[in-house]
Amino acid sequence: MSANKEATPALEVHNLTATYDRQPVLWDIDFSLPEGSLAGILGPNGSGKTTLLRNIMGLMQPDSGYVRLLGQDLAKVRAQVSYVPQRESVDWNFPVSVSEVVAMGRYGPGKLLRRLRRPDRDIIEEAMEKTGILPLAHRHISQLSGGQQQRVFIARALAQQAQIYLMDEPFVGVDAATEEAILNLLGEMKDRGQTVIMVHHDLQTAQDYFDQAVLLQTRLVAAGPVETVLNKENLQQAYGGRLNVLSKVGQLAAEKQFPLREKAFRERKKPAHGEGD
Amino acid sequence: MEKVIDFLSFQDPTVRLVVAGTVLLSISAAVVGCFAYLRKRALVGDALAHSLLPGVAMAFLFSGQKDPWLLLLGAMVSGWLALGAMELIQQHTKLASETAIALVLSVFFGFGVLMLTYLQHHGGGDQAGLDQFLFGNAASMRSSDLYAYGLVGMVLLVIIGAFYKELKLYCFDPDHAQAIGLPTRGLRYLLNTMTVLATAIGIQSVGVVLMAALLITPAATARFWSYRLRTMLFLAALGGAVAGLGGSFASYLAPAMPTGPWIVMVLSFLALVSIFLAPRVGIFARMWRQRQNQRKIIRENLLKAFYHGLENREGDQAWLSRPEWQEQRHLPEWEWQIGFRQLRRHRWILRRSGHYRLTERGLAEARRVVRLHRLWELYLSRYLALGKDHLHPGAESIEHLITPEVEKELLRELDYPEQDPHRSPIPYKS
Repeated sequence: MSANKEATPALEVHNLTATYDRQPVLWDIDFSLPEGSLAGILGPNGSGKTTLLRNIMGLMQPDSGYVRLLGQDLAKVRAQVSYVPQRESVDWNFPVSVSEVVAMGRYGPGKLLRRLRRPDRDIIEEAMEKTGILPLAHRHISQLSGGQQQRVFIARALAQQAQIYLMDEPFVGVDAATEEAILNLLGEMKDRGQTVIMVHHDLQTAQDYFDQAVLLQTRLVAAGPVETVLNKENLQQAYGGRLNVLSKVGQLAAEKQFPLREKAFRERKKPAHGEGD
Repeated sequence: MEKVIDFLSFQDPTVRLVVAGTVLLSISAAVVGCFAYLRKRALVGDALAHSLLPGVAMAFLFSGQKDPWLLLLGAMVSGWLALGAMELIQQHTKLASETAIALVLSVFFGFGVLMLTYLQHHGGGDQAGLDQFLFGNAASMRSSDLYAYGLVGMVLLVIIGAFYKELKLYCFDPDHAQAIGLPTRGLRYLLNTMTVLATAIGIQSVGVVLMAALLITPAATARFWSYRLRTMLFLAALGGAVAGLGGSFASYLAPAMPTGPWIVMVLSFLALVSIFLAPRVGIFARMWRQRQNQRKIIRENLLKAFYHGLENREGDQAWLSRPEWQEQRHLPEWEWQIGFRQLRRHRWILRRSGHYRLTERGLAEARRVVRLHRLWELYLSRYLALGKDHLHPGAESIEHLITPEVEKELLRELDYPEQDPHRSPIPYKS
């Protein structure tokens, strides 16, 4: 459905369906986002925002459908994609320092059995400077405020020097100063042609923050430029409650442990284009 | 006594060998255990240790001898079966993970004890000493055992050194590890295999029942003292080594006594000491902090009372009598006693024939406390929509907490107000 055929979109999601224990959380999601956009994935609680991100990052296998990043399989462009998980997803009592966590952004399959080198160290320091946590480099991560912890995660992502950044609610539990600092960073990244895709829960600010939006409610309500997506009708659809029939069918599938797709449909390895329509 | 000197001088080559072997395997168990601990898999380690028993007994049953490599192989097989069983139970039933762990532990251990009993009644000539696998006996290990276990322990340490940063990342944030394309499944298998092996090499000296202690206690103890994984691993290794040394010492002095309990005694002692003495998180550190806080509160309350006395007096003499001071605030006598001592020690008051006055620094400090109290009341009434009669209790404790940085921010936010909500003046530096 992408409007401009000439450029490869940064992210394409094709007919993606995902379930937890057969309970569908995402139904046939299909959209694409152009490169260089600052995109928000929006929707009410439990609308599948995080699940979508996890499927894009290959942390969860979709029941059907597939994802393309920069026109490729994730496996081929992994080094170009960076993921910032929710802050609560890790144990902040883990015995590591701020700089150690940021350094993890420089790890990778090509660096097994190898120590980080001088250029890596430089990149790590620069990432910490950009996010304003360089003075905290040697602190233990449990001594940080919520905003500082989020900055650590962003710094780790910056250290990856990727093209696409996927962030899961980076503004939750974060002070106003941090939110502004992160937002400025994201603006700079966008100006450099990098793509930022972010799960966001605050509709009030969405209009100002993003140029592209994806509105979810277990199904896709709308995707595209933010001003066309966030209109009254779409918001009513997304936040006005779930579709009755759809959620009933979902419950049936979970109760009867019924597959949402027949086996043959699961072919994701080499999808021919246009197959899903 | 002779035996003690014998042991401590390390003259006897067998003693040297037993000590070296036990210490090495304790170190590797402690280091591997750190990763299990950090992945919050302490209970799995316990279940795993118990589950090795049937494999060990099986290896003996089939080979008819106590060959260390065969025992390790048997232990590996039953350890992996146990891990697989735990995973399967969790995936395919709705049972909680602790239930799965308890199930596997009891079933495997029960089966192992059954086989051990059978072996003792029907086994070959070497069956004596099989019960050592339950509680361990370091002195009973032969040199071939020690070389085998020592070698495996060494290999484990080398592997951890080689994959240190990946293991650290995997334990901290497995999603990130997977997202950047690290072989997370491989890392998980590696960690599990290492846990099985580290447990397996210890069962002859520590026994399956108490092996989990050697895996987890050093990690938990080390965590009290360290905020870096590297330090934690080093301290855990040290704790393991001390315990291994203590255990083999006890085993040498009293060969009839099982080693496992002795090792656990040493480890528990170290853990107990840490619980009390650790900086910041230790019980003594906490008590000390409580005491410091209490002193600060008392001392600042007295200063505030004095300041109120100055505000309420007639004229402007700087001296207040003790009753004039004490009537400003009802505090138990012991608090006044502590408070006087504190204020004198800080050189904040002067005394002359039963009358007191504040020194210059004392007055500045008193102003600061009163200022914070009134600023906070104003803040509460402005931003928390609290009624005037509810302001005081909140400000009463917060005034002792606010740091100079927060004070600056508070002042900016409130735009350097003149009066608090009760129309009392807010004292600034005169």
